[in-house]
Amino acid sequence: MRKGLSWFNVTSIALGFAFLYIPIILLVVYSFNASRLVTVWAGFSTHWYWQLFQNEQLLDAAWVTLRVAFITASVATVLGTMAAITLTRYGRFNGRMLFSGMIYAPLVMPEVITGLSLLLLFVAVNIDRGFWTITLAHITFTMCFVCVVVQSRLVTFDRSLEEAALDLGCPPLKTFLVVTLPIILPAVISGWMLAFTLSLDDLVIASFTTGPGATTLPMRIYSQVRLGVTPEINAACTLLIAIVTVVVIITSIMTKRQEMERQKAERLAAAG
Amino acid sequence: MSAGVAEKTQKTIGGIRRKFAPWNDPSAVPLIRFQNVTKRFGDFIAIENLSLDIYEREFFALLGPSGCGKTTLMRMLAGFEEPNEGRITLAGEDLVGTPPYRRPVNMMFQSYALFPHMSVWDNIAFGLRQDGMEKGAVAARVEEMLKLVKLGQFAKRKPHQLSGGQRQRVALARSLAKRPKVLLLDEPLGALDKKLREETQFELMDLQMELGMTFLIVTHDQEEAMTVADRIAVMNHGKLVQVDQPAVIYEHPNSRYVADFVGDVNILDATVVSVEPGLVTVRPVAAPDRLFRIAQECPAKAGDSVAIALRPEKLRVELDPPADTSVNCLSGEIWDIGYLGDLSIYHVELPGGSRVKAAKPNLTRMVERPISWEDKVYVSFSPDAGVVLTS
Repeated sequence: MRKGLSWFNVTSIALGFAFLYIPIILLVVYSFNASRLVTVWAGFSTHWYWQLFQNEQLLDAAWVTLRVAFITASVATVLGTMAAITLTRYGRFNGRMLFSGMIYAPLVMPEVITGLSLLLLFVAVNIDRGFWTITLAHITFTMCFVCVVVQSRLVTFDRSLEEAALDLGCPPLKTFLVVTLPIILPAVISGWMLAFTLSLDDLVIASFTTGPGATTLPMRIYSQVRLGVTPEINAACTLLIAIVTVVVIITSIMTKRQEMERQKAERLAAAG
Repeated sequence: MSAGVAEKTQKTIGGIRRKFAPWNDPSAVPLIRFQNVTKRFGDFIAIENLSLDIYEREFFALLGPSGCGKTTLMRMLAGFEEPNEGRITLAGEDLVGTPPYRRPVNMMFQSYALFPHMSVWDNIAFGLRQDGMEKGAVAARVEEMLKLVKLGQFAKRKPHQLSGGQRQRVALARSLAKRPKVLLLDEPLGALDKKLREETQFELMDLQMELGMTFLIVTHDQEEAMTVADRIAVMNHGKLVQVDQPAVIYEHPNSRYVADFVGDVNILDATVVSVEPGLVTVRPVAAPDRLFRIAQECPAKAGDSVAIALRPEKLRVELDPPADTSVNCLSGEIWDIGYLGDLSIYHVELPGGSRVKAAKPNLTRMVERPISWEDKVYVSFSPDAGVVLTS
C-alpha cells in the first residue's frame, strides 16, 4: 500500500482548510489595507489599527467584553469544578442522572433559547439589565463547559492520593487544596480559558440579556457591520482572533505537555 | 555497622521472635480489638460479625482471595469505612466515628499513592507537617527515614523519576515517618517482581523488629503472609476461617478451605474406620482396598465422611514397594512430571482415575531421572504427614 497522499486526499485537505481559513485570512489581510474600501487593495498600512484605538465606542465595548469574560471565566470555573467533583465523587446519590443531564443540557441548547429564557427570568425578577445580567448569563452557559473539562480529568484521578493525605493527618478541605487541586490544576486552567473565549465571542446570549450602557465587542461589531463594513472592524476582529488564538494555543500546549509528562512517567515506571 | 554487631542484632531479633507469643498469654492486653464487627455495602455483607485481637509489636497478616473482606477490614481500621455494627478499639480507645486524619495509624497504599507534584522529601515530610512539627525536627525525621529506606540521594526527585522498587520504599518511609501505633500495609509488594518482592519481605520483617511497631498486612499471596507474619488470619466471605501462626496454618489447617488456600495440597475423601486416642484410621474413597492411619486427635466417629489433606512434599514416590503396602500407601502410574529444578512434581494416577501430586527434591545432579512417564510407582507417607479434616 502506498503511504503517500493520493490526489484525492490532498484535494480534500486543501479544500477543507481553504473553506475554514480563507475568510479569516481575507479579514486579517484587509485589516492592513490602506484603502477605505474593504474590497479594494491599496497597499499595506496599520492606519486602521490607529483609528481603532481612537474609537471610543469600540474601546468601551472591548473593555466591557474583557471584564465580562474575566468575571465569567472565574466564577464559572469555581462552579464548574465543584459540579465536576460532585458528579465524579458521589457516585450514587438520588437524581444523579438528572443532575448530570441538567449540567450538560446547555451544551446542546440553542443559544437563542438560552438567551430568551434568561431574558424572561431577568424580566420576571425585575433586575436592571446590563453588565451584570450579561455576566450571569455567560456564567450559566460556560459553567457546563468547565464542568466537562474538569470532569474528564477527575475520572482518571487516583482517589487513594486523597486517602493518603487524610491518612497522614490532613483534614478534607486542606487535602483538596494541597493535593487534589494542584494535580487537576491544568484542567481547571483549561476550563477557565475555554470559558473566557466562549464569553469573549458570544453575541446571541449577550444581545438578549443586555441593557442600556452595556454593549460587548461582538454586539458593537455586529451593529456597525449592518451600516457597512469598515476596515476598522477588520482590525478589531483581527485583534479578537489574535487573543482567542493565543488562549487556545496556551491551553492546548498545557494539555499536550501534561499528556507527554504522563506518558514519560508511564514509560519510566514500565522501565523499572 | 560491623559484621559482628549485625550478627548479634540478628540473633537478638531471632531470640525475640522465637519467644514472642502474646496471643497465648491470658494476661496480655491486645492493642487492636475488632469486636463483633459487621460491614455491609447495600445487600453485600463484606464483614460478618467478626472478632479479632491483634497484639502490640505483632506482624499480623490478613490473607484471603479478592473479595473476602480483608481490605475492608483494614480500611475500617484506617477510618475510610465505618462498621455498621460492632466496635473497633485501638489501645482501649474506641475508633468508630473518628475520621481518618485523627487516627494514630498510617497506611501504605497498594498504588503507593505518592503525591506526584511533590518531591520524595516533601512526600515524606507531608504527614509531619500536618502535625505542626517544627522545621528542624521535620528535617531530622525525614533524613532519618531516607536513611532507613536507603534513598538519601533521591530526596529531590519526583515520584515519576523513580523505579517501582524505589517508589515502594518512599511510600513505606512516608507511612512510617509519623511513627504510627499501627502500620497498615495494603498489598505492599504486589507491584514488584518476584526477586525484589522476596528481598523486600525480609527487609520488612527486620524493619518491623527494629522499630518495634505493630504491622498489619493485607495480602492474597500466601507465601508472603507465611514469610513475614507472626500470625495469619485466613479469611473467606467476610469471616475468619483460621487465625494462627504460619506453621500451624500450614501443618494443621482446620478446614478444607485453609488447606487448599495455603500451599499445595492433595485432598482425598475418606470414611472413618476407627478412632483411638491419637490415631485415626480411615479408608480413602479413591483406593478402598487401602487404609490410612493418621496420628491425630479427631472429633469424628467411625463411619463419618472426612477429607484427608496430604501436602505433596510429605509424600514419597518410589518404584519399589514399601514394606507394608496396605497402610499409608497408594499405587498408581506416573501421569505427568513437572521439573522445577529444585523439585520435581509427579502427578500419579490412581487405579480409580483420581490423581495425587507428590514433590521430590532433586538431591543429585542427574538429567535422566529414574522415575519416568507411565512408570508404576508407590506413593507412601508417614502417619504424622496427613491431616484429617472434618469441615
